[in-house]
Amino acid sequence: MSRNFDILFAGFGGQGVLFSGKIAAYAGLYDDKNITWLPSYGPEMRGGTANCSVCISDEPIGSPCVVSPTAFVALNLPSFQKFKDSVKTGGTMIADSSLIPEKCDRTDINIFYVPAAKLAAENGLDGLSNIILLGKLFKETGFCTRESLDKALIHCVPKSKQHLLEPNKRALQLGMDC
Amino acid sequence: MEEKKIFSRPHALTDIPFHYCAGCTHGIIHRLVAEVIDELGCEGHTVGVSPVGCAVMNYDYFGCDMIEAPHGRAPAVATGIKRARPENVVFTYQGDGDLAAIGTAETVHAATRGENITIIFVNNTIYGMTGGQMAPTSLPGQITQTTPYGRDVNSAGYPVRICELLSSLDGVALAQRTAVDTVKNVNETKKAIRKAFQNQIDGKGFSIVEVLSTCPTNWGMNPIQALDWLRENMIPYYPLGVYKDEEKGARLKK
Amino acid sequence: MEDKFLMKGNEALAEAAIQAGCRHFFGYPITPQTELAAYMAKKMPKVGGTYLQAESELAAANMVLGAAGAGVRAMTSSSSPGISLKSEAISYMAGSDIPALIVNVQRGGPGLGGIQPSQSDYWQATRATGHGDFQILVFAPASVQEMVDLVGLAFDKGDEYRMPAMILADGMLGQMMEPVKFPEKSEQHLPDKPWACCGHQNKRKHNVLNSLFLSPSELENLIIERYKRYDIIKEKEQRWDEYMLDDADIVLVAYGASARVSHTAVDMAREQGIKAGLLRPITLWPYPNKAFEKLKDTAKAFISVEMSMGQMVDDVRLAVECRKPVYFTGRTGGKIPNPNEVLKKITEVEGTL
Repeated sequence: MSRNFDILFAGFGGQGVLFSGKIAAYAGLYDDKNITWLPSYGPEMRGGTANCSVCISDEPIGSPCVVSPTAFVALNLPSFQKFKDSVKTGGTMIADSSLIPEKCDRTDINIFYVPAAKLAAENGLDGLSNIILLGKLFKETGFCTRESLDKALIHCVPKSKQHLLEPNKRALQLGMDC
Repeated sequence: MEEKKIFSRPHALTDIPFHYCAGCTHGIIHRLVAEVIDELGCEGHTVGVSPVGCAVMNYDYFGCDMIEAPHGRAPAVATGIKRARPENVVFTYQGDGDLAAIGTAETVHAATRGENITIIFVNNTIYGMTGGQMAPTSLPGQITQTTPYGRDVNSAGYPVRICELLSSLDGVALAQRTAVDTVKNVNETKKAIRKAFQNQIDGKGFSIVEVLSTCPTNWGMNPIQALDWLRENMIPYYPLGVYKDEEKGARLKK
Repeated sequence: MEDKFLMKGNEALAEAAIQAGCRHFFGYPITPQTELAAYMAKKMPKVGGTYLQAESELAAANMVLGAAGAGVRAMTSSSSPGISLKSEAISYMAGSDIPALIVNVQRGGPGLGGIQPSQSDYWQATRATGHGDFQILVFAPASVQEMVDLVGLAFDKGDEYRMPAMILADGMLGQMMEPVKFPEKSEQHLPDKPWACCGHQNKRKHNVLNSLFLSPSELENLIIERYKRYDIIKEKEQRWDEYMLDDADIVLVAYGASARVSHTAVDMAREQGIKAGLLRPITLWPYPNKAFEKLKDTAKAFISVEMSMGQMVDDVRLAVECRKPVYFTGRTGGKIPNPNEVLKKITEVEGTL
């Protein structure tokens, strides 16, 4: 893994864009990296969409706005169209193909299509497509250690919503198995 | 012959001479506040808030600690002091422009919060410090520098009756209007001020005493005429009396 | 092992204030500082403190005046339009020598502006947070950790010099999460405030906190005395950070969020072999003129990078005594410059050398 790993999560508000970003950020934190997490701000912001920049680095982080992501997780079509060309050469894109009917013709990045929303519905994991995609992101990039990812998930599920921890774990695993 | 002392300056007033005009009743009201502070023995833990207006320099006159507030903000400043030091007795002393025009929001919200403070509101229907302009409490038809043809309620609006207005708010423990035109009314005023301070000490919540006062200079009258004018014109529009008095206090006990 | 955690800038500001001994917060809702007030509303009752939502920014700032005047550490927070309203009380506090903390999580202006991050209140913070001859201390954090560190410092310095202090942040810093560490909790010794209005207990003459002085000579003397204090502050309290400045030909000058972007732009420029560096003011008042003493001779050009129309440019020009060209690049209205845009300006300036 390179010394800077910049992730952009983008979709509609309510799809858990900020939450999956938070798990990724905590995973990086538990790996003793420098971290920034920035919601819906910066030149990439557009009405209706939510996005979240996460920077994981061995070095102190300058701008927390991810302009050219190392990895891009697309949860809806407008975000896919808007950011697919900004992914760094050699980078990774994970797209929810159940909501994004288009394909990307770039050949200089690794692209994975995961029907996350469909998988979530089929497995009784409604609303957890974001976590399925996060699992896939982990599998394809190894942006953090497995141990830290698990720890981050446990940390980020609020104490008042502990019943959601198990489904979140299953969703994460489901993504890794895709 | 044995000498008997029947009057002296209250301890809670400093020996700095007042700057008020001849016949102005601010002096009486200052003395009443100071006497109440003396009687309650609270000068050492009282903090007063001065307004902007004729009474602006009363930070020099009251012997307790004093903070000078921006125009109209005295209830907000008092709120800050009281929240920081609930053990202190905190009062504001404000005129009609300060309290009922620029500071209306601060007054109403301190009242509705049931802020445990005491407000002495001096209503003389005019901006004295700036030379006699229309106040929110100027009477219909009253001639001032900025209502040279008399206050026309159709363009300048109606006077604000503060006690009536505040008495509708749950946070108010005491809202009382008095005057200082006669000995009897002066005594009534002192009782009301004492109650407003005692309410605070008892944790009862927001207490306001509106004192009808004169401004001979800007009314263009001599002091006697001014007192007559107060009785004949102000009291009918601003009836004296207790508008709200919550015996148990306006604050919910936890 | 101590559990590490991430925190939003706004929440970190709030927690740091509580840890610095602040128990009195007076606020009024405005985006994008909301999380700060919400955090205070949640935490203050648990530490025996006061969270009070005022009826307006005017009232909130005047409640701070009252509480701080009574001698406690008090604060308020807002965003740009709200600071305009608070400027009344800030001027009165400056005129009455009352220390307090004001946080501005800036958004775009003028008027209602927008709700996205901005740095367009630089002039307001450093020149005119109200009417009259006065200054306030202005600290500009560039990370969540620094927000924590500077809140404590702002309270301390405000108390030391008896004047209001401001944390000038922006919506980006307020909303972003970064790892934070709070200082070890030690027994806190807040300074004595013999000037405070908290009751004289019949042991001293009454204290008066006042900004009215009808005698011009008295007021003039008071202001002159206050400016002597400002001179000491200018001498002792300048703070800044340096990145790659030793051999820099082109010096970016940026604070807060812009400094983060500039840091990345410096790295990008260095990769291209351009000797760029970053000078990051931490105090905006006093402005860190000392940081430029050597640079104005060794560097070849300066670029002020801001999220405004260039409000800091004149301060950079003054600091380099116009010996070197000072350029500007930035975005405004809620836009955050992107490192590529800054890099473009660097290469452009490089071409003129």
